[in-house]
Amino acid sequence: MSPSATHRAIDAVWRIESARLIAGLTRIVRDVAVAEDLAQDALVAALEQWPESGIPDKPGAWLMATAKRRGIDALRRRVVFERKREQIGHELEILQQLDRPDLAAQVDDVQDDVLRLIFMTCHPVLSRDARVALTLRLLGGLSTPEIARALLVSEGTVAQRIVRAKRTLAEARVPFEVPSREELAERLAAVLEVIYLVFNEGYAATAGEHWIRPALCADALRLGRILAALMPREAEINGLLALMELQASRLRARVGPHGEPVLLADQDRARWDHLLVERGLAGLRRAEELSGALGPYTLQAAIAACHARARSVEATDWSRIVALYDGLAALTGSPVVELNRAVAVTRAFGPEAGLELVDLLVDEPALRGYHLLPAVRGDVLVRLGRSAEAREEFERAADLCGNDRERELLLSRAIACSAS
Amino acid sequence: MRFMVLVPGSPESEAGEMPSTEILGEMTKYNEELVKSGVMLAGEGLHPTSRGAKIRFNGSERIVIDGPFTEAKEIVAGYWIWECASRDEAIEWLKRAPFGGGVEIELRPIFEADDFGEQLTPELREANERLREQATQN
Repeated sequence: MSPSATHRAIDAVWRIESARLIAGLTRIVRDVAVAEDLAQDALVAALEQWPESGIPDKPGAWLMATAKRRGIDALRRRVVFERKREQIGHELEILQQLDRPDLAAQVDDVQDDVLRLIFMTCHPVLSRDARVALTLRLLGGLSTPEIARALLVSEGTVAQRIVRAKRTLAEARVPFEVPSREELAERLAAVLEVIYLVFNEGYAATAGEHWIRPALCADALRLGRILAALMPREAEINGLLALMELQASRLRARVGPHGEPVLLADQDRARWDHLLVERGLAGLRRAEELSGALGPYTLQAAIAACHARARSVEATDWSRIVALYDGLAALTGSPVVELNRAVAVTRAFGPEAGLELVDLLVDEPALRGYHLLPAVRGDVLVRLGRSAEAREEFERAADLCGNDRERELLLSRAIACSAS
Repeated sequence: MRFMVLVPGSPESEAGEMPSTEILGEMTKYNEELVKSGVMLAGEGLHPTSRGAKIRFNGSERIVIDGPFTEAKEIVAGYWIWECASRDEAIEWLKRAPFGGGVEIELRPIFEADDFGEQLTPELREANERLREQATQN
């Protein structure tokens, strides 16, 4: 194998193994920062040795053994060096843990470590931004520059978020465990929120020049699939995964040839990804079977499924969508949900009914500055033939919109209003 | 990136024989690992060609040829569909599959819409380069 081919193979091994490696090391040393350092050391060793020796038969086991051995060596040196000082307690503790045979790994499924790590990186003690960055880093296997590019913030900001997050976890002594039954619902909601945040930033970028960023959607889908496989009996995990797969099935129809957004009504439904539609519908069925009352992600997946099943906008079961939004609004009380419900009501019962609902939201503080409020109002006004007012709404929406491609679309709709 | 992995048939698969419990067990374990890593989107086994058919197209003529077909090596007995970040990742996964005896398993990237593919591939290539640079700098 040529050196560059070996390097590419090492990247691939890292993508496959890094989450499990860091999770396994965290179980041993009880500190994600130390665990990640050890894992990185093992990666460096692989980059040094594998081009010569070839890739070992069990690369994951090799990385784990190397991480532990290197950790032990480094800590021994430090303990000897710092013997006269008093701060070696923590190092000694880690050294002892690393030096013991890892009995837990033999009885325990290492995949459970990955689950524990997810609950740790999505712990409510961390800010949302920190959870997203740390989860992409430790479970998604993304580097700091990749995360920075994905989230459109500077590398320094990401690096700082990750360092702080690790420190916060250590200081708060967040345990490496799957939460108990009583805590599980709340903690799981925090995990699902992180995954969906990542997905949404890829699906409808809030900023930047691209309307969608499929690589971020792929990262979120992968995390969702891992979680669904680890906790298959949790309805809302299945609901979230179904929601993401149904939405992702439309990704390639969602962008025109020049990168411009194509809205649901104008999409070529033949270009939807039918494998993802099938997976999404199957996931929704599982979520519904496992649910008592449907949770918020399952309800949203059920709405997405109404679109996925329909051959055209006209053939869509809009009254069912309205009913599902009723359920979602009752559950979340979110004005954004109310706004979506108004869109469905417009389709199901006509623009007069829709406008009435939108107008109730105009003074809603939570929607102040939200570009989709004037965009929806403009759309309803177009249906009522009130072009001049619609134009103003689209212009207002364009002003508020942070995404370049979406702004162009809104401006073109404004122009279309004056033409009609 | 999406890949199809094509598993060839054998005289045993063509005879409709089920694999041994041991092989089935190993395959189940492997499939579980693919699922738990978020890689496997789909995967099915195919019945022997004796239950299938071929249609030969010639102008307006359609000739139906019933199975079985000869050359077990060229027959597909099963497939997976995987979602991986790169061809290298797919290769790395395939290397871990529980096969033996000189069998060759084929891995093929699935065509994706151009706009989607163009955005994804160079970015990932670039990302891999950077990860490598960063790792060697550590």
